[in-house]
Amino acid sequence: MKDTAASATTVIDARGVGLTFETGDGPVHALKGVDLTISRGEFVSFIGPSGCGKTTFLRAVAALEHPTEGTLSVNGMSPDAARQARAYGYVFQAAGLYPWRTIAGNVKLPLEIMGYSHAEQDARVEKVLSLVDLDGFGKKFPWQLSGGMQQRASIARALAFDADILLMDEPFGALDEIVRDRLNEELLKLWARTGKTTLFVTHSIPEAVYLSTKIVVMSPRPGRITDVIESALPRERPLDIRDSKAFIDIAHRVREGLRAGHSHEE
Amino acid sequence: MRALLPVLTVLAAIVALWYAGAVWMNSQWSYDQAARAGVEVSLTEVVAETMHQDRPVLPAPHQVLAGLWEGLFGQKITSKRSLVYHGWVTLEATLLGFVIGTGLGILLAVGIVHNRAMDLSVMPWAIASQTIPILAIAPMVIVVLASLGVTGLLPKSIISAYLSFFPVVVGMVKGLRSPDAMQLDLMRTYGAGAWPVFWKLRLPASMPFLFASLKVSAAASLVGAIVGELPAGAVAGLGARLLSGSYYGQTVQIWAALLAAAMLAAALVIAIGAIERVTLRRMGMAR
Repeated sequence: MKDTAASATTVIDARGVGLTFETGDGPVHALKGVDLTISRGEFVSFIGPSGCGKTTFLRAVAALEHPTEGTLSVNGMSPDAARQARAYGYVFQAAGLYPWRTIAGNVKLPLEIMGYSHAEQDARVEKVLSLVDLDGFGKKFPWQLSGGMQQRASIARALAFDADILLMDEPFGALDEIVRDRLNEELLKLWARTGKTTLFVTHSIPEAVYLSTKIVVMSPRPGRITDVIESALPRERPLDIRDSKAFIDIAHRVREGLRAGHSHEE
Repeated sequence: MRALLPVLTVLAAIVALWYAGAVWMNSQWSYDQAARAGVEVSLTEVVAETMHQDRPVLPAPHQVLAGLWEGLFGQKITSKRSLVYHGWVTLEATLLGFVIGTGLGILLAVGIVHNRAMDLSVMPWAIASQTIPILAIAPMVIVVLASLGVTGLLPKSIISAYLSFFPVVVGMVKGLRSPDAMQLDLMRTYGAGAWPVFWKLRLPASMPFLFASLKVSAAASLVGAIVGELPAGAVAGLGARLLSGSYYGQTVQIWAALLAAAMLAAALVIAIGAIERVTLRRMGMAR
């Protein structure tokens, strides 16, 4: 049972969510018995090996997949209704910018589809491009930008409309570690400035610990949650916080959780 | 300059082979003539003679070029002997057929991509249509349309469109389906319906495929227009020049008309290539 004050800030509420894909080789249990509550303004990382269902859960929140068991609500609505209400922006593993549109044109894409006025579109494009540090790059085409800059543009695209949830599926997975560190730092600043509830899928323990207020550890076959860790790290996080005792302790607990999820296979 | 050398080498080889072929194929006639007149001819005389017969089996390249020059620039372009006049007649039908064929091809492709029934039913018919020899279809189209009172440009253009829609269908179906799952998912996250997905994603993504198809279909349109001129015993057009040339054994005229058709096809493909470069550069898809 929840009290009313808590439910007002609950953004995502999953109860007994299961998702089974019927394949030629029989059913695959991508998710089973997932219970999770995410409150407004949290930064939640999902970590686990391939096949643990972390991406599937994110796609279920986005109504790109539909749970076969349990209930899942987003902003108190069904995921489909939440999508129609423009509840979230989604950032994919690859930037996926349209090569025939300029950077500004790409950021404008959702705004055009959602019917914003031209003046509003231009104002928003300028605002979000500056938010991701791409001022002045609006007229460039995607191939003229580095991989990291392209991924920043795709984040700007997800921020362009007023969704208060940001769903990110391994957005920096294809980038080298130096670029990745810088983007992580920028993402934290962006999160602090915009206050958007963020769900972030990753393979990387340091990335998860550095970014999150809450870390969801998952394991495969069937995809399930094995541990949920509330991070005690302060909201202000310089990169060297990764050498602190608190950080190392959390990383250790994540690693233990991942190992526990795997133990039954060995 | 470096790019020109291989082209010229190949061209020189072709011309040399052509001359050799002309000597070989035309010499029989020279020997027969000499035998009939009861005179002996030397090899050099025969070779010289094969270069400028009136009705050679295989005209030498310089004869064809002279015929082409004469046809293009030797008379007023309104003359019945002008290749410019005949070329224009064929080009008219080609362009109309190209427009009809391309439009039909794009419409069919859009239908195939968006409608499951069309997806399952149209493509086999489109493929079957291309397995029927165009020479068998052309007279029927001409006769049926003539009995309905439709003559002139349109029947030729329909035959031309019959050949040119197919590459466009195949290319555009591929092009409209080229966006990957992630790009389509992105559109779904915006709650975008079929209309914006088509205009903002599928259509722009299909442009490179469209231009590749258009080059094939332009050449096919020209073939269709020429074939469409044959069964009607047409009096105008490059097809009519080919036909009358073969009736009267005017091989130089045939080859000149063939060369003119080839030049026309090349011009069409080059023009589409130019439009492609400009369009794709403006879209930011050419680097």
